[in-house]
Formats: sequence, C-alpha cells, structure tokens
Amino acid sequence: MPREEFDRGLQLLEDDLLNLSSMVEKSILRSIDALKNRDLKLAEEIIFQDNYIDEKTTQIEEKCIHLIATQQPIATDLRKIVVFLLISNELERIGDYAEGIAKISIAMGNEPPLKPLIDIPIMAEKTSSMLKNSIDSLVNRDIVTATSIMSADDEIDDLYKKVYKDLLRFMLEDSKTIQRATYLLWVAHDLERTADRATNIAERVIYLVTGKSDEYSESNSNNID
Amino acid sequence: MNTILEAQHLNVWYGDFHALKNVDLKIQDQKITAFIGPSGCGKSTLLRCFNRMNDLVTTAKVDGNIIYKGTNINSKSIDPIKIRSQIGMVFQKPNPFPKSIFANIAFGLKVNGFKGNMEEAVEESLTKAALWDEVKDRLDKSALTLSGGQQQRLCIARALAVRPQLILMDEPASALDPIATLAVEELIRDLSSYITIVIVTHNMQQAARVSDETVFLMVDDQRSGYIVEHDNTKQIFTQPKDERTEAYITGRFS
Repeated sequence: MPREEFDRGLQLLEDDLLNLSSMVEKSILRSIDALKNRDLKLAEEIIFQDNYIDEKTTQIEEKCIHLIATQQPIATDLRKIVVFLLISNELERIGDYAEGIAKISIAMGNEPPLKPLIDIPIMAEKTSSMLKNSIDSLVNRDIVTATSIMSADDEIDDLYKKVYKDLLRFMLEDSKTIQRATYLLWVAHDLERTADRATNIAERVIYLVTGKSDEYSESNSNNID
Repeated sequence: MNTILEAQHLNVWYGDFHALKNVDLKIQDQKITAFIGPSGCGKSTLLRCFNRMNDLVTTAKVDGNIIYKGTNINSKSIDPIKIRSQIGMVFQKPNPFPKSIFANIAFGLKVNGFKGNMEEAVEESLTKAALWDEVKDRLDKSALTLSGGQQQRLCIARALAVRPQLILMDEPASALDPIATLAVEELIRDLSSYITIVIVTHNMQQAARVSDETVFLMVDDQRSGYIVEHDNTKQIFTQPKDERTEAYITGRFS
C-alpha cells in the first residue's frame, strides 16, 4: 500500500501525543495530592518533571513540522497533524498549571490549612476526568464524548464560582487569611483553566473528525488566561 | 457563476473500448478547472473532447453534447478548426514550430487571416505569456534555442495570439523543472483574470495551487473513466465528500 512510511509516521506521532497526555494527566492529579497532603517532595518532583513534558511537546512539534515538510499532507492527513500540534500545545499548558499548583504547595509550606479542602479536590477530579475523556474522544474519534465535555466545563465553571465566593468570604471576615485564600484561589483558577483546555482538546477532536470548526468557536470566547 | 462550456451525457469510445462514461460537467467562465485522477481515467480524453481533438483519432467516437456558449460543438456541422481558434490547447511537451520566435506567434494569426499590426500582436501575446522581456531582443532566433520553460510559455503565447476564450492544458508543466513549473503556474493564474483554463495534471499540489475548481475522475471495473467528484478546489483538498477522492488525493491509491 502506498504511503506506508507516512502512515507509520502519523501513528508514531499519535502515540507520542497519547504518551504526553498521560504524563500531563498524572501531573495534574499528583499536584492536587501534593496540595492535600502537604507533600513538598512530591511538589518538587512535579516541578522538575514538567521539563519532560516540555521536551515531549517540542519533540511532537518537530515531528509535525517534519511530516508537513516532507509528506505534503492534505485533507484528513493535514487535519490530523494540525490537530495533534494544537492538542500538544494544550497539554503542555495543562502541564504548566500542574507545575503552578505544585509551586503554590511549596509557597504555602507548613502554614496551617485555611479550611479542609473539599471543592478543590472535586474540581480536580472532574477536571482530570474531562481531560481523560477528551483524550479518549481523540483515540476513538468519538464526537459524542467530545461534545459532552463542553457541558462538563459548565460544571467546573460553577464550582470555580463557588470556591471563589467561599474564599472571598474568608478574606472579608479575616484579613489574616488573605494570603492563604489567594493561594487556593490560584489553584482553583489553574484547575478551571485546565478544564477549558480539555474543552479545547475536545473541540479539536470534533474538527479532526468533521472538518468543521465554526460550530464551537463561541464556547471559549469568554476565557481569560 | 457563468458556465462557458458544458458536457452533457458525454461518452467516448476508442473502437470497442468505452473510455469515458456518462460525463456531465459544467466549466465555469474565467476560472481554472483542474482534472485529476489516476492514469487511464480519461482526463486527457475528456479535455480533448472540448476542442474536438478526438476527431483526429480514427477509432474515436464521441457521443453527447458539448455546449460552448450555447452551441453544441460536438456536432459534425461545426468546423473543428473554428472551434480550435476559440478553444486553444497547450500540450505536455512544448512543441514550438522549428521557426523563429516571431514566426511561432505570427503563424496562427496569419492562418486566421489577421490583418492588423503583426509586431504589436506578437508583442502583446509574448507579454501576456510573461516571455516578452526574455525574448524581445532575439525574436528572429529559432524557438528551439529557448529553454524548456520558455518554449512552453511560447506555446502558451502562441495559443493566446488568436485570442481564445478557453485554453486547454494537458499536463503543461510535467516536462519542466520546478522553477519553470512555478513560472508557468503563475502565468496560468494571471491569465485566468480574462480567460478560462482547463488543466489536466498528475501533480496534486499543482491542482491545489492553481485551480479554482477540481474534477476528480476514476476508472470503473471495465476501465471506463467517470467523474467521482467535482467541487471547488479548497473543498476537494481539505474536505472531499467522497472517500475515493480522499484516498486518491492523500496518496492511498494511485
């Protein structure tokens, strides 16, 4: 069959992307573990391992550029490479959010907890599940799952608003809590952004499968980094 | 969009061999239409129907209508020479006459009884074909002294001299190097502002680069050619509707 080498290259690229996604998924979950358990060693490990995530992303970018330059992909092949490139960028940023949460853990050090963490772990669980589903939708080219991720993102937004209000209440009642509350607000923000990027991944999957990108362009128009 | 030429239920046979089956196709005026498809799918056969070149093949039989500006030109009552003065052709290999550059352009004009200023007409055609600056000081030299790319542009200038409305190009750049190919492609794009072009090409990227519309042809089990998909070029090369088109343009079969 013609283009065997190209097909092999595309498959290796997708394998690399799945590898990156599992690194990132693990990183975000572990960052919340480090926060919950005040595990500074784990936090440092997450920060260090973000280098591997960055390195893998660069490798994927280089492979995409190489395939475009040497194979002149068109139609589905081109969409595949472009989508892999875009998704790798989303994953790399999620890795940065995990690193950010780990840095917050370190900044919090041994300060006493502001309150037991309830909503943030729920946010983390739902966010990582969105991320996992978005990658599953990519693997299975499943636009039904991909579409369901958009509504899951609304839940995360609601949770974020709730966390924001709770923390604001703490800060208003006792100004000594401002620093610790702000740390947790950053964590919630990183998780909220992670969910947005999982949504972006799902949107890319829809584009990959259908070739249409105009249907979901509004969903992310209100995002602020 | 205006249709300049329309094939209606076109069928072509070479002896018993049914080369082209049930082709219905509209060519848009002042657009570039590319025919792509695997070898033997009838791209060139279809192209040659449009200016009755198949008349020159004794075993060929062309059934159906080819409506050019309201007239069925696939009718025996229509003189093919007259058709060819309005529908020019450029071939795969440049085929200049073994005469001077000037004579190559002037020839068609003389045959068609041109009475105007020949120098001006030659300059105009060579300018349109983006060749004037390269040859203006050696118009009396043999056309065979030109490079392959220049010879092909000379053939395009020769076709342009009789002011055709439609030019058919059968793999016009396949014998040229990449730079000469790009020069011809740029010329094709320039010409399309006032002329209609139909181009047969094996080079997928070329079809994607130069054409506005793309027609994909295939062969059936009897090796007869037929149209699978016809759409604007952007659609064909980003999101073809038919999976056979997708397989062909992405190189999954040849």
